[in-house]
Amino acid sequence: MVFDPDDFIVNIGPQHPSTHGVLRMRTSLDGETVKKIDPILGYIHRGIEKMNESLTYPQTLALTDRLDYLSAHQSRHALCMCIEKAAGIEISERAQYIRTIMDELQRIDSHLLFYSCLAMDMGALTPFFYGFREREMILDIFEETTGGRLIQNYNVIGGVQADLHPDFVRKVKDFIVHLRGIIHEYHDIFTDSVIARTRLKQIGLLSREDAISLGTTGGTGLASGWANDVRKHHPYAAYDKVDFKKIVYPHGDSFDRYMVRMDEIMESCHIIEQLIDNIPEGEFKVKTRPIIKLPEGVFTASVEASRGEFGVFLISKGDKFPYRLHYRSTGLPLVHAMDTVCRGGKIADLIAIGGTLDFVIPDIDR
Amino acid sequence: MEMKRKLPKIKDMTSEEFKNNDYLLRMVDKLNRDGAGIILGTLDELINWGRSNSLWSLTFGTSCCAIEFMALGAARYDMARFGFVVTRNSPRQADMIMVLGTITYRMAPVLKRLYDQMAEPKYVVAVGGCTISGGPFRKSYHVVNGIDNIVPVDVYIPGCPPRPEAFFYGMMQLQRKVKTERFLGGRNRKEKTNETDEKKEA
Repeated sequence: MVFDPDDFIVNIGPQHPSTHGVLRMRTSLDGETVKKIDPILGYIHRGIEKMNESLTYPQTLALTDRLDYLSAHQSRHALCMCIEKAAGIEISERAQYIRTIMDELQRIDSHLLFYSCLAMDMGALTPFFYGFREREMILDIFEETTGGRLIQNYNVIGGVQADLHPDFVRKVKDFIVHLRGIIHEYHDIFTDSVIARTRLKQIGLLSREDAISLGTTGGTGLASGWANDVRKHHPYAAYDKVDFKKIVYPHGDSFDRYMVRMDEIMESCHIIEQLIDNIPEGEFKVKTRPIIKLPEGVFTASVEASRGEFGVFLISKGDKFPYRLHYRSTGLPLVHAMDTVCRGGKIADLIAIGGTLDFVIPDIDR
Repeated sequence: MEMKRKLPKIKDMTSEEFKNNDYLLRMVDKLNRDGAGIILGTLDELINWGRSNSLWSLTFGTSCCAIEFMALGAARYDMARFGFVVTRNSPRQADMIMVLGTITYRMAPVLKRLYDQMAEPKYVVAVGGCTISGGPFRKSYHVVNGIDNIVPVDVYIPGCPPRPEAFFYGMMQLQRKVKTERFLGGRNRKEKTNETDEKKEA
């Protein structure tokens, strides 16, 4: 029994533009105050994990991009890393650098979309156009090198699919200069606005203890004072060669969650700037055997995706198919945290809180 | 007294730009063959011009394609240029439903219900491989293999996800389809002309 029989229950979703997908939240209300939220999942469950059990390893890569389409590069990076670790494939330095740069570009892309969507959920339309203006520039860079705008299918086992476009370095540099020059517009119009501050500050508090016990990694955890960056604690790819600072905010309210993402944009720019000038020469892809078989055992890998830690858990029985391939999705803990965060708050803040938690539903249901 | 008839001229219909949709050409042919009354024909033209240039879409994004649709709404690929001015969140205010993303068995009843809630005339655009055939998830146990099993589809836009240009192509196809419809009457006369046609052929 989730609710009391005399509770007043409102259904939000599954078709609701502000739930970022097809999430359904049964919300019990006491006047305007939220008493409890019961998220109901499964509306976009596509059975990816089960499908993976009958796909060969290179085929499984294609589905990771469709999990969390705003961290397509990172999810695919995690699976590639896991398979390479298991098969003992050493990838070249150049591929490591390319992967790192692409991951960070994808993070900027995702956070710009977060900014646009949060503003739109709260009823502001101009920030939406601002966010998409810069996002299109990143998508152009992606498109030139990878051929895809949203879903790139770029990482493959043993490196990346294609070499960088000759214009890539110049365009990325131009973009970073452009973004640094224009980010003040974002803060002028939204961060410094009284309405946004009143609606975000001291709303939707998530304590550090709750963040850790719920496992809300990424921006949500960082905003609650939990330093949980995979890039810092278990460096992968080229992250051990770069210098970047941990962004941790103390309060755990909606505004801190928003500010963490805005600061991560600038931090990602900083990481890219350190790497872009010294991409080493060499192969972008090492030759692999046509049929990849992994030895028996259990393998894991994790990366810092755009909204938290994305993990891959792979059990192999020595076949060319995985026996079990499980993903640690970034969004599921965030949806689970909705009940804790929103309880006692007003229903009018529910959408804004959902916006700042920044979950992507297809990632949750898989 | 025999009523004077004029052949309807349909604007924005150069077939060089829109290939591989013969069924629309056949519809136009049929319209031209049947002829139309001056008053009703002109009114039809006017109504269809208005309808086709103010199609309001229901936001029904379930996964990836919805993000590309958002890019369509932003400044660079501004879809308001083509008359898709706003998107509506309520099915009762929408003219068309763009199905953006995978439809699973659990979501299928919801889609059907939303479609039923929309007011006539209503159109369905299936965007992306998932809605057309199941796409990359065709072999999955929980994915509907093509939404045409649930609702009638007017335009298919393939891609995973489709490029914004592909979106526009599909949406303009829909506008074209709207323009060939006859809103006012015409049914009786069409039957009569069909009979005469058959007599002539016989």
